Amino acid sequence: MSMDRGQREGDEVLLMGNEAIARGALEAGVQVAAGYPGTPSSEIIETLSRFAETGKLYVEWSTNEKVAMETAAAASFAGLRSLCVMKQNGVNVASDFLLHLAGSGTRAGMVLVTCDDPGALSSVNEGESRHFARLMEIPLLEPADFQEAKEMTRWAFTLSEEIRSIVMVRSVTRMSHASGNVILGALPPAARKAEFLCDGAVSDPERGPMISAPVIEKHRLQQEKIRKAAAIFEKSPFNAYSGPERPELLIITSSACRLYSLEAVSLLEAEDRVGILKLGTTWPLPPALLKRVLSTTEKILIVEEVLPFLEEQVKILAAEQVREIGVKTFYGKNDGILPMAGELNPDLVMAAVGRILGIDPPVLSSAYREKLRAFAGLAPRREQTFCPGCPHRASFWSIREALQRDGRGGFVCGDIGCYAMASLFPAAGFYTAKTLHAMGSGTGLASGFGKLGSFGMDQPVIAVCGDSTFYHAAIPALINAVHQNANIIFIALDNNGTAMTGFQSHPGIDVNAMGDASPMVDIAALCGAIGAKVVVGDPFALQETRETLNRLMEGQQGVKVLILKQSCALSPEKKGTKRYLMQVDDTLCRGDACGCNRLCTRIFRCPGLLWNREKKKAQIDEVICAGCGVCAGICPAEAIRCEEAAKS
Amino acid sequence: MTNEALRKDPYNIVITGVGGQGNVMASRVLANMLVRRGFRVTIGETFGMSQRGGSVMSHIRVSSAAVWSPQIPKGRADLVVALEPVEAIRVLADYGNPAVKSLVNMRPIYPVGVITGEADYPAPETIRKAVAALSETSCFLDATAEAIRLGNPILGNIIMIGAVARLGVLPVNRELFAAVIREGMPASRVEDNLRAFAIGAAAVA
Repeated sequence: MSMDRGQREGDEVLLMGNEAIARGALEAGVQVAAGYPGTPSSEIIETLSRFAETGKLYVEWSTNEKVAMETAAAASFAGLRSLCVMKQNGVNVASDFLLHLAGSGTRAGMVLVTCDDPGALSSVNEGESRHFARLMEIPLLEPADFQEAKEMTRWAFTLSEEIRSIVMVRSVTRMSHASGNVILGALPPAARKAEFLCDGAVSDPERGPMISAPVIEKHRLQQEKIRKAAAIFEKSPFNAYSGPERPELLIITSSACRLYSLEAVSLLEAEDRVGILKLGTTWPLPPALLKRVLSTTEKILIVEEVLPFLEEQVKILAAEQVREIGVKTFYGKNDGILPMAGELNPDLVMAAVGRILGIDPPVLSSAYREKLRAFAGLAPRREQTFCPGCPHRASFWSIREALQRDGRGGFVCGDIGCYAMASLFPAAGFYTAKTLHAMGSGTGLASGFGKLGSFGMDQPVIAVCGDSTFYHAAIPALINAVHQNANIIFIALDNNGTAMTGFQSHPGIDVNAMGDASPMVDIAALCGAIGAKVVVGDPFALQETRETLNRLMEGQQGVKVLILKQSCALSPEKKGTKRYLMQVDDTLCRGDACGCNRLCTRIFRCPGLLWNREKKKAQIDEVICAGCGVCAGICPAEAIRCEEAAKS
Repeated sequence: MTNEALRKDPYNIVITGVGGQGNVMASRVLANMLVRRGFRVTIGETFGMSQRGGSVMSHIRVSSAAVWSPQIPKGRADLVVALEPVEAIRVLADYGNPAVKSLVNMRPIYPVGVITGEADYPAPETIRKAVAALSETSCFLDATAEAIRLGNPILGNIIMIGAVARLGVLPVNRELFAAVIREGMPASRVEDNLRAFAIGAAAVA
C-alpha cells in the first residue's frame, strides 16, 4: 500500500510524493533526518522514522524547523548525509540559521526539503520557499513527477557534496500529497561513522571550524559554488525539452505545473505547435540551455506556482542575451494571463495557452450546461468545524461564556493548529478568536496587547496555543510576557500530540519520532519555572473552566497560565471509542418553545447534534457523535443525556 | 500482471466524501489494484482539512502509458464515486459530463450550516434526480447502513469499491482487492473488508 521494508530494488509501487522523497533520501544513504510537522510535508519524516535503526538512521521531530536544520547540519559537519524537512513557512523559521549555513558550507551531503502549499490548501499563507534559494544563494531543485521526486532527492545529496553547500528540494502539495508509480532503487549497504574533524585552519573545508567568517571570503566562495552548480545544471537530465523543433509557443515550467502544461496542450490538441521546457534545476538557471531553447521561438509562456520566480530569472537571462536570441514576448504571471495568487490547474493553463494561440478550449454541450445550471446551488456549503468530541470546541465554549460574563470586550489571540479554525471560521470559535498569524504569534501579540493597559485598554487578553506550538515558538513570547509583566491569560490547549498533522511526537510526549522512550518536558512545570501562575484543568468540565477563567480575569496583573488537558478525539487512544452514549430525551427537549434559541445545534454547532425538522427537537447522530458528553452540559433543559458506554 | 485496454486513456475517477469517511483509503485501495494490473496511476488528494468536516476529494487518473496531472480537468470525470450524496452533486457540477457514471452512497452527513438551520439539505429524491440527470448511468447504495450492519460505518468506503469493481468499467476484481487488502491491512481486518467488498458488488445489479 505504501513504503515498507519488504519492498526491494526494482519493485514498482504506488508512492505518495512525500514517500518518494523519503525513499530517495534512503537510497542516498541518509543517516540523520530532522523536521517539524507541517502539511504537506509531514509524511517524509514519518516514512523515514519507520526505517530508523541504531547506528544507521536517526530520525527526529525537532521542536521547530530551525532546530531541525541545525540538527541535520551537525550530522553533515560530522560526515553523515542528512536531511531536514519542513513546510514553506518553516523555512522562514529556519532562515536565520540557513543564511549562516550557506556561508559556512556543509561537509557530507545535506538536503533541505520544503513542501510549499500553493492555494493554501492547508496553510494560512501562500508563502513561497523558492525565493530563499536565491536569497541565501543555495541551489534549488524541483521534481515534476513521483519517480523524479525520488531520483532528484537522491541526487541532491551528490550535488551537495560536490559543491559543499546545502541543496534545497522544493515540492508542492500536488506533488507531496499526490501518489504515482515509482520504481525503487537499491539501498546503500554501509553506514558512515560520525566524527567532526575540527583541528584545521579556518580556510580548510575538510578540517576547519564551520563558520561563516571571514564573511566576504566565504560569501565569494558561496557564489563560486553557485556558478559551479549552474555549470552542472547545463547537463542535468532533470531539464528536458519536448515538442517541435521550432515551436510557435514555448512553455517553460517546473514541478506539478509541468503535468498541467502537458495536459493543457493535449486537451487543445496543440502538440505540434507548443514545446515544453521542463526545468528541474530552477536556481541557478543554466544559461546556455536557456539560450538554446529560447532561440527556437518568439513567444514564451512561463507556468509556475505561485509568484513569477522562474519568469523573472528567464527574463533576466533573455535580456542579457537579447543580441543573440532576439526580442521575445513573455506570458505568465506579470501580464496576468495566469493568476498571481492561488494554485494552478490544467484548466487555467489550457485557457492561457488557448488565448495565446487563438484556440477555443473544448466545452460541454449546451444541453448539459443547461442541466448544470438547473441543479446549481443544490449542494449546501460544507463549512469546516471542530470534529465531534474535539476538546477545542469545549475550550472555546468556556472562553465564550467567560468573556460574555466578564463583559469588557475581551478577545482571543489565535495560533496555528486545528484551533486556528476558531479564527478562520468565527462561528467555530464562537466569535472569540480575533487574530491569527505565525506559530507562537498569538502569545507574542497577547504580550503586546497586555502592555496597553496604561493607554486605557481594559479588555481581557487571552492567548491560546496548542502543546506542539508551545514548544515550537510560544516559549520566548511567554517569557517576554512574564518579564514585561504583561496582563494576559495564556491558555495551553493541550491535546496530547501534534494533532492537526497526524499525532507526531513533541517534547511533551514520552516517546520520540522513532517510538523510543524519551524524556518529557512538562508545560506546567516550565510555565511555573518562568514565574507564571499556573492552573491545570479539563476542558470537558465546562463550568469549572468558565469559573477559572473569570477568576483569572478578575485577578491580579501579570501572566496567568491555564493548561486545558484533554486528548484529541482522533488520537489513537480515543479514535473509534465512545465514553458516553448520548441521547436527547424528547420529553425534556422543549424545542423552539424552550427559549434557548436552539443553543445546542445553532450555537454549539457540533456535527454530532442534529435538529430534527419534523419533530422540531434536537437529536444525536449516532454515526457522527464521538460520545464526549460535553453537550449534556450546555442544554438548559437537561434534555441531553449521557450514559456511560460499555467498554469494548 | 499485464494491463488490459482501458475504455479511455486516461480514465478519470473522482472519489468524494467528507472527512472521516475513509475516502483516502478507498482511493489508495482502488489505485493499488490498478497498479497491480500494470497501469500508471496518479492520485491527487485534497485532505489537508479532511478530519474537520470539509469535503474531501481524490482524483485518480489511470493510464497505460503516461503520468497524468493530479487534478482532473473540469468536466472530464469518467466515474464519480460519492461516499456522501450532496458531494456527488458538488463534484458533478465541476467534473460532470454526459458520459460520466455515478455511484452514490445515500447516507447524508449534514454540513454544520444545515444543522444550524442556515442552509437546506436536499431531499433524497431531489439528489437522485439531479445525479441521474447529470450522469449517463447512476447507481445509489445504502453503503453506510450496510456497513453499520457489518459493525463499522467506515466500511461504507469498501462497499463502494466493491460496487466499482462490479460496474465493469475497470479491470479490477475480488482477487485483486483481496491481494491489496492483505498486503496493506492487519489480518484481523481482512475478513470484514472482503465481506464489505462483496456487499458492494452484490448491490450493483
